[in-house]
Amino acid sequence: MNTNILQIKDPILSIQDLSVAYDKNVAVKNVSVGIKKNNVTAIMGPSGCGKSTLLRALNRLHELYENITTTGSVFLNDEDIFKMSPIKLRRKMGMVFQRPNPFPTMSIYDNVIAGYKLNGISQKRQERDEIVERSLRDVALWDEVKDSLTKKGTFLSGGQQQRLCIARALAFNPEIILLDEPTSALDPVATSKIEDLLIKLKENYTIIMVTHNMSQAARISDYSLFMYLGELVEYGKTKNMFTNPQDRRTEEYLTGKFG
Amino acid sequence: MKSISEIDNIGARTKKDRIFMGLVVLLSVVTVSPIVLIISKLIIKGYKQLNFGFLVEKMPDTMQAMTAVANNELIPGGIANAILGTLLMVVLASAIAIPVGIISGVYLYENQGKWMANLTRSVSDILQGVPSIVLGLISYLWVVKHVTNGFSALAGSFALGIMMLPMIVRSTEETLKMIPQTLKEAGLALGIPYWRVLFGILIPTGFSGLMTGILLAVSRVIGETAPLMLTALGSSVINTNISKPTSAIPLVIWEFYNDPNMVDLIWSSSLLLMIMVLAFNLTAKQVAASRK
Ligand SMILES: Nc1ncnc2c1ncn2[C@@H]1O[C@H](COP(=O)(O)OP(=O)(O)O)[C@@H](O)[C@H]1O
Ligand SMILES: [Mg+2]
Repeated sequence: MNTNILQIKDPILSIQDLSVAYDKNVAVKNVSVGIKKNNVTAIMGPSGCGKSTLLRALNRLHELYENITTTGSVFLNDEDIFKMSPIKLRRKMGMVFQRPNPFPTMSIYDNVIAGYKLNGISQKRQERDEIVERSLRDVALWDEVKDSLTKKGTFLSGGQQQRLCIARALAFNPEIILLDEPTSALDPVATSKIEDLLIKLKENYTIIMVTHNMSQAARISDYSLFMYLGELVEYGKTKNMFTNPQDRRTEEYLTGKFG
Repeated sequence: MKSISEIDNIGARTKKDRIFMGLVVLLSVVTVSPIVLIISKLIIKGYKQLNFGFLVEKMPDTMQAMTAVANNELIPGGIANAILGTLLMVVLASAIAIPVGIISGVYLYENQGKWMANLTRSVSDILQGVPSIVLGLISYLWVVKHVTNGFSALAGSFALGIMMLPMIVRSTEETLKMIPQTLKEAGLALGIPYWRVLFGILIPTGFSGLMTGILLAVSRVIGETAPLMLTALGSSVINTNISKPTSAIPLVIWEFYNDPNMVDLIWSSSLLLMIMVLAFNLTAKQVAASRK
């Protein structure tokens, strides 16, 4: 067993020997790691090391593409995600993408409630209003948009759009939120708003975030994974990893020797 | 000392530029003039007959037309039977072509690079090049002879629908390809089943693109004559039964052409047809522009 990989007791998510290949090119190699509930876990590493690939395996987005093969297993609260229906799984794992992508034809309100509406879940108007308000309050967007809920989501600024996308992912009350470099397309002010938000959200959700920004990982994450060429090199408390990295590659990355 | 214009030969250059510009203007005029001539001719010769009655009354018979022409009056009646027939067949053709075309387009979009999809795309392209009269013949063999047991609006719609199909397939595929992949992924990541993502997110997002394709397809088939001669045949009465012979605007233009007493009606009918085609075309342009 690799001693640089911290063992987590009672993880909410347990990834075991997970590999993902694009055709013959293996992008994630035998990753085994446990994720701690109600914490922010950062996935770090140089560009192309497989961060997004690992993240997208967790809500089984890879199944959309025939050239991608995933092996290994992942347990969410001890339930094998590959045996669940993908629909049920994805409702428990919200995802936020690199670029804000609100549904362009929908209003702010409809964007937040899209998961319910498009699933044909019938609800009272009041129930919907409550979900929309709660989700928008969760992302600190409510006060900014409460008078323009019927406007298109695409009219918002980039940072607001990204918070809207987080609200959309929160509407279903997922257990885990997956974020793939959610601030890389945003300015510093919008970025710090989202960082504050994530720190607050971990009270109720478990957050797994890909970032290639080391200082961001240091600022907001409790645990960090460091990946290199598809392998999980090191995993531990963020504080420890930044002050005392175990693996030479981690150290070189953190001191800016590559990446 | 030579002047600058001599050194650089500016005089000769401006001359060349002028000749070139003149040529450009001339060719533009040559390109534009047919459509201007056609439309002005149609307006001059057709506007008199194009009154309210023309739109709501059915076709006059030869005797009525002959009397009117002899007395130097406007020919009574109209082409309501043809207008309604055209609308009926276009709607029916769309009802066939739009769902089939969109579903095929989605299939092509979702199966890029697979041989079945490539084959389907090629067949659809070939279909686009099949002469319309051949499609009329096919519809005659299949629908007239075996489904409606006689000339019918349904047979006409079938021929027109097949003509519309490849255009809708193509525009659906191209439109979906332009939608960012992450919108689809975002929908699926919310636990929304694929078909609901398709109808709830992708198609609404690409609506203007699909609409443009549909409108252009309609404007293309609305003036088709040959396939309708073999299928819908024509009718001098207003018909709304899809299994009966039905008139259409291009069909009555052909009939008027063959009846010396009705010749005046050719122009007003053509003018109306032209207006309809232009309306569909311009709306399509408008919808396409609104995409931005
Ligand atoms: N859709 C794809 N098809 C083929 N190869 C891919 C695809 N996406 C990523 N890869 C490859 O997989 C590796 C990991 O990519 P990715 O997970 O996107 O890295 P990261 O997010 O860490 O930058 C890279 O070598 C990349 O080229
Ligand atoms: Mg990435």
